[in-house]
Amino acid sequence: MQISAGRAAVAAADEAKHRRRGDKGRRPGDSLAGWLFVLPSVVLIVIFGLVPIVWGFVLSLQKASLISPDRPFVGIDNYTKIAHDPLAIQAAQHAVTYTFLFVPISMGLAMFVAIALNRKVALIRTYRLAVFIPVAVSTIATGVMFLWLFDKTFGLANFVLEKAGLGPFGWFDSVKGALPSVVIMTVWGWLGFDAIVYLAALQGIPAQLVEAAAVDGAGRWSTFRNVTLPLLGPASLLLMVWSTISAIQLFDEVFFVTKGGPVNATSVPVFYIFKLAFTSSYGFGMAGYAAALAYLLFVVIMLVTLFQFWAGGKMVHYSA
Amino acid sequence: MSATTLNPAAYVDPRTLPGEVGMVESPRKRWLPFNIWHLVLFPMALIMVVPLLWVLVSSLETLNQTRHFPPILWPGTFQWSNYPNAFNAAPFGRYFINTTIVTVTVVASNLLLCALAAYAFARIDFWGKKVLYFLLLATLMVPLQVVLVPTFLIVKDLHMLDSLAALIVPNLANVFGIFMLTQFFRTLPIELEEAARIDGAGRLKILFTIVLPLSGPALATLGVIQFLWTWNDFLWPLIVIQTPTNFTIQLGLMNFQSAHATDTNLLMAANVMSTIPMLVLFIAAQRWFIRGIATQGLKG
Repeated sequence: MQISAGRAAVAAADEAKHRRRGDKGRRPGDSLAGWLFVLPSVVLIVIFGLVPIVWGFVLSLQKASLISPDRPFVGIDNYTKIAHDPLAIQAAQHAVTYTFLFVPISMGLAMFVAIALNRKVALIRTYRLAVFIPVAVSTIATGVMFLWLFDKTFGLANFVLEKAGLGPFGWFDSVKGALPSVVIMTVWGWLGFDAIVYLAALQGIPAQLVEAAAVDGAGRWSTFRNVTLPLLGPASLLLMVWSTISAIQLFDEVFFVTKGGPVNATSVPVFYIFKLAFTSSYGFGMAGYAAALAYLLFVVIMLVTLFQFWAGGKMVHYSA
Repeated sequence: MSATTLNPAAYVDPRTLPGEVGMVESPRKRWLPFNIWHLVLFPMALIMVVPLLWVLVSSLETLNQTRHFPPILWPGTFQWSNYPNAFNAAPFGRYFINTTIVTVTVVASNLLLCALAAYAFARIDFWGKKVLYFLLLATLMVPLQVVLVPTFLIVKDLHMLDSLAALIVPNLANVFGIFMLTQFFRTLPIELEEAARIDGAGRLKILFTIVLPLSGPALATLGVIQFLWTWNDFLWPLIVIQTPTNFTIQLGLMNFQSAHATDTNLLMAANVMSTIPMLVLFIAAQRWFIRGIATQGLKG
């Protein structure tokens, strides 16, 4: 599930819009009725949503394990430890590299693909389905597929590249190639999502604007550069925020396909957190430290999201 | 940055979602027997689909055919028996039943509970509403990975670990569903509801006889996206489920991969089997998936 800060910001903005409408005044019984309606959801969300947020912070100040109920407080030790943990720093570096590869590549390709899909030609529905379909394929199924596609010995990818006079590549098995291979795999998985968002935005552009530019003598490139691209600004900003958040939280593909390897080449923060808390690799005793890393990750995600909205708000032109 | 412009729904007119209207036709002189865009579109679609087709082809080969370089792109005769063999090599029937139980329960419960809560947030002015709404929204900002350890401990304390309940109960209602339906209910005209109130109808009756029948598109969108999330979820089941008889399809497929990593043909048959239900749903309900993605940014 990819719900996070970006979407919460959208939700909060929508709420702020509605708050400005004056209330009509409370009628008797409304408070009771309202609470009865929200009660089932609120109870569940408090137990499985709010309590973990608070408890997670408490855990981050403790030396905790998932097995023992004994959790002594250690103050901010877990946080200060992070700066001296080469594995945490390495995971953060991989996350940065991955994000800087994944976000521009997936968004750039998606914009190109969406423009092509925004044509009224025969078979366009089939083409669209072909691009959108990875949305329905799970990360594990994608992983099984790419492990086979990128198989060193029998894989289709090395066969095609051999025909082009390249390779053979080690893909997920090579220290240098593993992270780029994960990028290729996740771009395949995300392209459909990005393309849908861009295609919807393209179809929201009034045809008159594009026609007007053509009447004024603008060429195709100039029309794209000066009319279409700026109008895709809001969609680009949201996609950038969402894909950055999900890139920082990369987990499934790394856990299943590369297991963080080879030699930690694809170890990323959530994978490291998972290993600390839920596997025997570190003796199950690192749940508190894992919670601290998770909280730090959360703060980083929030700051990156706020920065993107702030910087994007300055650059993006809103027509509405 | 104003409130409206932040919202993707503000720049997407739902009537012009992909696959509906608003496509661009470029009148150009044709020097090819087909539209020149096919030269871009066809290779693009091919690259996206080839990995899937390659899985399908491999699932119909013999083991020796998969152990061959250059790869055999067309096996000649199809090894259909890979499918029953893969299905019987692991309790896939059990995985399907488990995943179906979890997904159907979670989707049904979310539609009901989120609709109830959203109706109150959209229409009833109750004490503490604004604070509560923002408190719920705050939980949206925290991704699952960040609260993984405490949520695990809570589920453990509730004695739900390693049972389907651990997959169902924490997901019975989600904030995003409430938020999305609240937004939608606010767009409905209030006059019908006020007329019903004057006629003496209660809130529940209004919700079920007036509001929900008008909310088909929003409920369908929430339903299919929730279905996709739950069916394809991996990290949470990975953490709370250990016993193979409680596996979901994703866990089952992962397990199958580690047990049969070299039986490529069986593995690919298992992969096809586990993916087909979601693919069929996606193709059948494409417009609702697209609506959810284009207007709410919901990613599976």
